[in-house]
Amino acid sequence: MAIEFQLDQEQNTARAAKTVQKCCVIVRSDQCIVPQKSGQKTKHNRGPGSAASDRLTFDSTVATCFCNKRILGNTGSKHTGDEAGSRRNESAAAPFNSRAHATFSYPFGFLGNFTVTVSVDISTYNTFPKLLQHNAQTRGAMPSMREKALGIWQTWSWAESAKEIRALACGLKTLGCGPGDKLAIIGDNRPRLYWSMAAAQSIGAIPVAVYQDMVADELGFVLEHAEIRFAIAEDQEQVDKLLMISEGKEPLSGIIYDDPRGMRHYTQDYLNSYDSVIEKGHAYDTANPEFYDQAVAATKSEDASVIAYTSGTTGRPKGVVLSHSNVLKSAYNAAVRENLQETDNILAYLPMAWIGDHIFSYAQSYVVGFCVSCPESPDTVLTDLRELGPSYFFAPPTIYENLLTTVMIRIEDASWIKRKMFHYFMEVARRCGPKILDGEPVSFLDRILFWLGNILVVGPLKNTLGLSRVRLGYTAGEAIGPDIFNFYRGLGLNLKQLYGSTEASVFVTIQPDGEIKPDTVGTPAPEVELKIAENGEVLFRSPGVFQEYYKNPEATAETKTADGWVHTGDAGFIGDDGHLRIIDRAKDVGKLNNGSLFPPKYIENKLKFFPTISEAVTFGDGQDYVSAFINIDLNAVGNWAEKQAIPYASYQELAGNPAVYDMIAEQIAQVNADLTKEENMAGSQIHRFLILSKELDADDGELTRTRKVRRNVVADRYKVLIDALFSDQTRCDFETQVTFEDGRTDTVKAEIEVRTVPLIDTGAASMNRHAAE
Amino acid sequence: MSAALEKTLPPAQDRVFDEVLLSVEDISLSFGGVKALNGVSFDIRKGEVRAIIGPNGAGKSSMLNVINGFYHPNAGSITYKGTKRPKMRPDQSAKQGIARTFQNIALFRGMTTLDNIMTGRNTKMRRNFLWQALHWGPAKAEEIEHRAVVEKVIDFLEIQAIRKTPVGRLPYGLQKRVELGRALAAEPDLLLLDEPMAGMNSEEKEDMCRFILDVNDEFGTTIALIEHDMSVVMDISDRVVVLDYGRKIGDGTPDDIRGNQEVIDAYLGVSHD
Repeated sequence: MAIEFQLDQEQNTARAAKTVQKCCVIVRSDQCIVPQKSGQKTKHNRGPGSAASDRLTFDSTVATCFCNKRILGNTGSKHTGDEAGSRRNESAAAPFNSRAHATFSYPFGFLGNFTVTVSVDISTYNTFPKLLQHNAQTRGAMPSMREKALGIWQTWSWAESAKEIRALACGLKTLGCGPGDKLAIIGDNRPRLYWSMAAAQSIGAIPVAVYQDMVADELGFVLEHAEIRFAIAEDQEQVDKLLMISEGKEPLSGIIYDDPRGMRHYTQDYLNSYDSVIEKGHAYDTANPEFYDQAVAATKSEDASVIAYTSGTTGRPKGVVLSHSNVLKSAYNAAVRENLQETDNILAYLPMAWIGDHIFSYAQSYVVGFCVSCPESPDTVLTDLRELGPSYFFAPPTIYENLLTTVMIRIEDASWIKRKMFHYFMEVARRCGPKILDGEPVSFLDRILFWLGNILVVGPLKNTLGLSRVRLGYTAGEAIGPDIFNFYRGLGLNLKQLYGSTEASVFVTIQPDGEIKPDTVGTPAPEVELKIAENGEVLFRSPGVFQEYYKNPEATAETKTADGWVHTGDAGFIGDDGHLRIIDRAKDVGKLNNGSLFPPKYIENKLKFFPTISEAVTFGDGQDYVSAFINIDLNAVGNWAEKQAIPYASYQELAGNPAVYDMIAEQIAQVNADLTKEENMAGSQIHRFLILSKELDADDGELTRTRKVRRNVVADRYKVLIDALFSDQTRCDFETQVTFEDGRTDTVKAEIEVRTVPLIDTGAASMNRHAAE
Repeated sequence: MSAALEKTLPPAQDRVFDEVLLSVEDISLSFGGVKALNGVSFDIRKGEVRAIIGPNGAGKSSMLNVINGFYHPNAGSITYKGTKRPKMRPDQSAKQGIARTFQNIALFRGMTTLDNIMTGRNTKMRRNFLWQALHWGPAKAEEIEHRAVVEKVIDFLEIQAIRKTPVGRLPYGLQKRVELGRALAAEPDLLLLDEPMAGMNSEEKEDMCRFILDVNDEFGTTIALIEHDMSVVMDISDRVVVLDYGRKIGDGTPDDIRGNQEVIDAYLGVSHD
């Protein structure tokens, strides 16, 4: 009977069939296919009773090897034909543990992977601690976690991680942590902090990761609201924050710290070093060997597995309670749909408190078995990315934008010939790259040029960025500019958008391969139902839907209906192609006085597509015209200013420079031109704008920790400027308070210019202008 | 310094130092007609942070150079770790556990941070030039050991991100940190710092102070530093020596010095409100 290989969805079927036949197939196994270069048949011995000729046959996306041997190890070698070996599940339908890994190259330099879809039975291993034990048994030698320490990458296998987690779990027990207790996790991405999540879950406790850059006040709120008694902190800085918060209050029952530097003179007895907790854990485990296994067996899939506090754009953060089943199912479904493999690897650099990191770097790693790598420090992320060459990558649009801006800036400084080559081949890549990725027809000449470009420019560029091996790149959270999107797809990076939220355990929609467009967020993920309410709000229902908002039944009732549908708060619509398109936050969509629709985020995204504009806030609800606050991007505008020989000594000075205003005004005019071309949007053109002298900052409460604008805070604090925008002032004096990172505050004064941009004349626009005058 | 910093050290009164690590007696040094040092005597106790202050031209750097073995005094003696030192060369001084940084940074500009700090391990390397050039067997094993120590220093100073950057391209503050790293790599008993905070803004100064205190606390290294920033000196040093025109005019705890009239006249000045 046959074991089927699922070919990577990147290749289209006919091409794949042809190329696999021509290539050299090396299968990791001690019992399967013998590699032969450019052979059309690959022979392998199958031992007694097997047929004389064996072939790889191709049928659509499936390559069938007529072999019933379990395929496991590495380096193609002769099929030894051990009939007594495992006769694992023969059809692809039933889950099986076999995995085959083959790499082959086909023309034009792409490397393709095909492997068996990794499946694990998540109805038996229905909680993360159980999955961990399963992984330790079935893939104990494979890497699970890496960290760069002392300049070299240290690796822990699944078996080693499981042992550490076992000791840590027992150690937590000795500190008094038990079922229902919450463990706060605060620090940068470190293997020990990830292990503490599994350790807590093993004994029935609930991990609550918090943002490491929170100020004491925000952190205090979360600690109190979630009734947190235990915490694991990365280093002295975080421990100090925790101590500062509990001053005058009942201290935490136990704080574990990872990095012992600076901790020698602390006398509090509830402070424990990580190593001491592991020691105590070992001792406890030896004395009570059944404790851990029993605790793990007792975990149930409906139990809460994590509480993730959303950074609220309005009001205080809410604690989203997710069960093991929520997170597991969501992670599993997405992994199956995207064909994740245990040989993938990912760099964990996004905050652990963010649900996306929890799914990618924790849940999916446990489900699929791939390795998660932690960078050496936040400063070294880009170098570590390059060293690692991950195959699975997620970044919010700003990071992709920043990368692109850095590349563009550095190209400007390169020699003439390099610049020419870069622009030429990037143009070729932009033209053909997305088409090749999607499997669409491309002319022969273009293919040659693309291949050449790959060798000369694109390949080395991807290598410098560390993105050479990315098979799957996601972006989410904000809309991404079509130029940027196409740039990366032109590089050959399979970049796609996804849409989701903490309340959904991340995945609501994912863009399927072959149907990638910059303005959609994709089709519903497996087992996700989607519907659009009458007022345009998007609702979803899925097995990943959260249990409740912790201690907040009113908010839960508001968001989740009785039959399990969740209000996302986003306005959107589903196009003819079945793809969801998001317009804006439903609450923020407003109306101008002349009746035109005003979707602030839509306009702001268009503005932010320019590399010079890092953030924009628009106003117009109940007004005669739309006006905007602009934050310039220091990197991009600074570079531009240097080229124009415009001197500046600070962000404030650059932001006030009239030449910069001219440049921004031009870009706004472009946006206005775009808006007139779209239905119903002509009335939303931006008429007046100003450039803020200080960047909007999360420390000042103007942005959330995930960098989304808090509109009411901004509207409140900058009221003076907003009034100036809707009058005919050309200058406005402004004073505001800033908060430094250590909590001190200070006042900043500025005189800000307000500029008017002529509206483009369509019927609606002239109505606006009359109203304004 | 901040409250958190105060927590990490036992209170100042409890810091008592008995054992004398280095003492200089009656040191005089002249360059032709210029008398740089004139009969200066003081001691540095094991485990303390000793500051040497004074107006420009007072002879502070010269004092450090004498301790280092770079200059040989015309008169006077130096006793280090209980034994009187005869005329010593800087490399002999280094081998005995004295490391230093320089006022104007003396790093190898074309080499990376990692390589620069590795040079600090030079005194500990046993294999000679030929072995190291071949990079074979024992030399390789030795380099791996030394590399581990250097990586720990890099981790301690939080400069992982610039590990492979040529030092000439780094900003001034980071270069100073790398130099400190090179001195630390030698695992010294006595660390001489020549104006470590010069040219830094307040944030960088606080960082540097933190590192200096951590070195003193974690490794127990004795530190002698020349510094002009009075707030730094008063905050982190245990005892202070004041020089003026080559002569010692004050010696004691920061509080003693603050009240010493001669020191105030020569250097500290009076605030006119």
